[in-house]
Amino acid sequence: MDRDRRRLSRASLRPAPLLWGTAVAVPLGFLGVFFAWPVAALVVRGFVPDGALDLTGFTDVLSSPRTWRLVGLTLTQAVLGTAFSVLLGLPLAYLLYRRSFPGRGLVRGLVTVPFVLPAVVVGVAFRTLFAPGGTLGFLGLEESLAGIVVALVFFNVSVVVRTVGGLWERLDPRTEQAAASLGAGPARVFRTVTLPSLAPAVASAAAVVFLFCATAFGVVLVLGGVRYGTIETEIWTRTTQFLDLRSASVLSIMQLVVISGALAVSARARRRREAALHLVSARGSARRLSWRSPQDVTVALVGAAIVVGLMVLPMAGLVTRSLREPDGSWGLGNYAALGTTGERNALVVTVWEAAATSLRIALAATVISLVVGGLVALVVSRRPRSAGARRAVSTLDGLFMLPLGVSAVTVGFGFLITMDQPVLGVDLRTSGLLVPVAQAVVAIPLVVRTVLPVLRAIDPRLREVAAVLGSGPGRVLRTVDLPIALRSVGLATGFAFAVSLGEFGATSFLARPDGATLPVVIYRLIGRPGAENYGMALAASVVLAVLTATVMMVAERLRDERAGGEF
Amino acid sequence: MAGLEIRDATVRYGVPTGSARSGRSAGVTAVDRVSLTVAPGEVVALLGPSGCGKSSLLRAVAGLEPLAGGSIGYDGEELAGVPVHKRRFGLMFQEGQLFPHRDVRRNVGYGLETQELSRAERDTRVSALLDLVGLAGYERRSVLTLSGGEQQRVALARALAPRPRLLLLDEPLSALDRQLRERLAGEVRAALVETGTTAMFVTHDHTEASAVADRVGVMDRGRLLQVAAPDELRTAPASDRVTEFLGLRGSQSGV
Repeated sequence: MDRDRRRLSRASLRPAPLLWGTAVAVPLGFLGVFFAWPVAALVVRGFVPDGALDLTGFTDVLSSPRTWRLVGLTLTQAVLGTAFSVLLGLPLAYLLYRRSFPGRGLVRGLVTVPFVLPAVVVGVAFRTLFAPGGTLGFLGLEESLAGIVVALVFFNVSVVVRTVGGLWERLDPRTEQAAASLGAGPARVFRTVTLPSLAPAVASAAAVVFLFCATAFGVVLVLGGVRYGTIETEIWTRTTQFLDLRSASVLSIMQLVVISGALAVSARARRRREAALHLVSARGSARRLSWRSPQDVTVALVGAAIVVGLMVLPMAGLVTRSLREPDGSWGLGNYAALGTTGERNALVVTVWEAAATSLRIALAATVISLVVGGLVALVVSRRPRSAGARRAVSTLDGLFMLPLGVSAVTVGFGFLITMDQPVLGVDLRTSGLLVPVAQAVVAIPLVVRTVLPVLRAIDPRLREVAAVLGSGPGRVLRTVDLPIALRSVGLATGFAFAVSLGEFGATSFLARPDGATLPVVIYRLIGRPGAENYGMALAASVVLAVLTATVMMVAERLRDERAGGEF
Repeated sequence: MAGLEIRDATVRYGVPTGSARSGRSAGVTAVDRVSLTVAPGEVVALLGPSGCGKSSLLRAVAGLEPLAGGSIGYDGEELAGVPVHKRRFGLMFQEGQLFPHRDVRRNVGYGLETQELSRAERDTRVSALLDLVGLAGYERRSVLTLSGGEQQRVALARALAPRPRLLLLDEPLSALDRQLRERLAGEVRAALVETGTTAMFVTHDHTEASAVADRVGVMDRGRLLQVAAPDELRTAPASDRVTEFLGLRGSQSGV
């Protein structure tokens, strides 16, 4: 019970008020200006368009059958995408975290890649696959709901695999062995022991996937064509094509409502998962894959089919097609064309110039999101002594997670209507910081979710020992928290960089033609007529995919296996 | 006066959050008006069953828990406003709490880094302490490769390195197996005596307490029942409760 006492008191060391004040104020200020304000402005624009409360915007939008069709489509594709991601993710998680086989690390890496691949690239890859004459053209999935769902599953299976696999790996196999010794067959063991233990992780993964599916933008825009859309694409269309800011605002508010619901469910699931994690042993429990066990063979075959069919095929198809020149011969012509502005000058800048812009913006966005996200994680990881301060910390925790749910499109749109004036004396539009800041808002929750579990896992007694040995609060941070968190910071850097390299939702609102990023350029190219432009889009997609995957693989090497983490 | 002086110290815990610790309402009193002095160079053990408040008292002395009442002073100086890192005390936990990202040398040297020592002086001191705890030559080892006993020796060396004016040991040997525990108890005593360190040693094992300490204080339910030399405790226990606890022969590991 002494031990309970100790946990109870979780004494954070007497905080240095200035240090913690700054650590709280910087992220609060940042998210206040760059998140709360744009979102609030957007809500106001929906309710009070011309200085007076006017709900005709709502009645117009809500009475339009098109709106309800889009809401229906959004929910349908999100539900289907989530269901199939979980269904396919479970066997993969089992294969990759409970069984060991040569090359497992490679396959794990491969499964991770889709999650960070830019949406536009995935869209282009599947579009190529489903197009008449494409490898899967005979399925007739071009511009179909099924096609969109397949692409969403491609993206999100990795979320399920990583979240569920991480827990599955740590489940004590002895519980299952006990059940088996009590006469339960493999199926009953799975149903009565394994699945209930995994339930919190499955629920948490499903909630996150639902969120990602419901806010999917780039994929839907590229694959849906004119027939299929979601609330997200509709906001974009109404803003950029019809300049109808009022109904775009109303739709954004509807999207906020949908997302807040999903986010609340996700937060509840996560709390349950974090509570459950204490129960399990951390040691690896993977058994070698046996070709004599029918169960193992089945799982291996199913896993191979998923990996090859869902992941390798589209990416291989994209690469192959990018090597096909417009006249049908093989060659690097599409890549050579990346130095041009495209057929009939489809672009304002060359693709290589856009790539350079992308890297520059991603670098700035990464720095911003690391600073802000790192501070958030630091503050939220603390367990202050007083109940009031603890409540404040948990409120901040929820507050800082909001951008995870609010779609990139909403952020972009919000920026569009608020940042047209100088902020604190700085005109962001001309400073070149507008796009990086918007991308940082999108990346911050990922940074927090990566760093936070590591900081939380640091035994508070380590800090106590350091303090007793003469370290003030600042030195404790520098010599204990920072070095231990550093490896997860590496992964967070990779995430932030990859996310902002591929960011399309917010960027498509904000990037000027001469400051276009790679995803924006790719989307422009596939929207223009001409086989040469399409070929360039494919080559540019490959370049973007390679850039992102490289960043992620470097970051993944820095990942601390013991640390865990959300994604 | 010189040394540690605890007067009527009281430690209370607030309401636990988010956990089902039923039956315990707000304000659990862990330490209830305890007074105790430790003279310079003396080793005092706090002996008592799990949950008796001995660890809480130790943490209050370190500055890790605030006092709800009473006072703690050292060499006549009141410690109430002195933050943890300025008290110049040492602390050692049940599990070493070694810094996993530092090797043995940099763990032991951690408390020296804030002192004005040259690198060479620091390394000499680290080597001398590793020698003292029987781990000469371990400087470059990763702490993750050490056995439980070795980890505790490193933790002891680390705690002694900055020459704390008072060393606080919170069940430092309890995670070890019995044989090792008995041997290390003797070694800890030798290290404390050799360095002339003033120390407070918390344990639930009375043989360990007798082996390490000059005087033993018996605690139960937040109260200090008796403080005396080990022999005197056996021959003249102040109450039945003291006898009872000594008679349990250290099998009371609680939980």
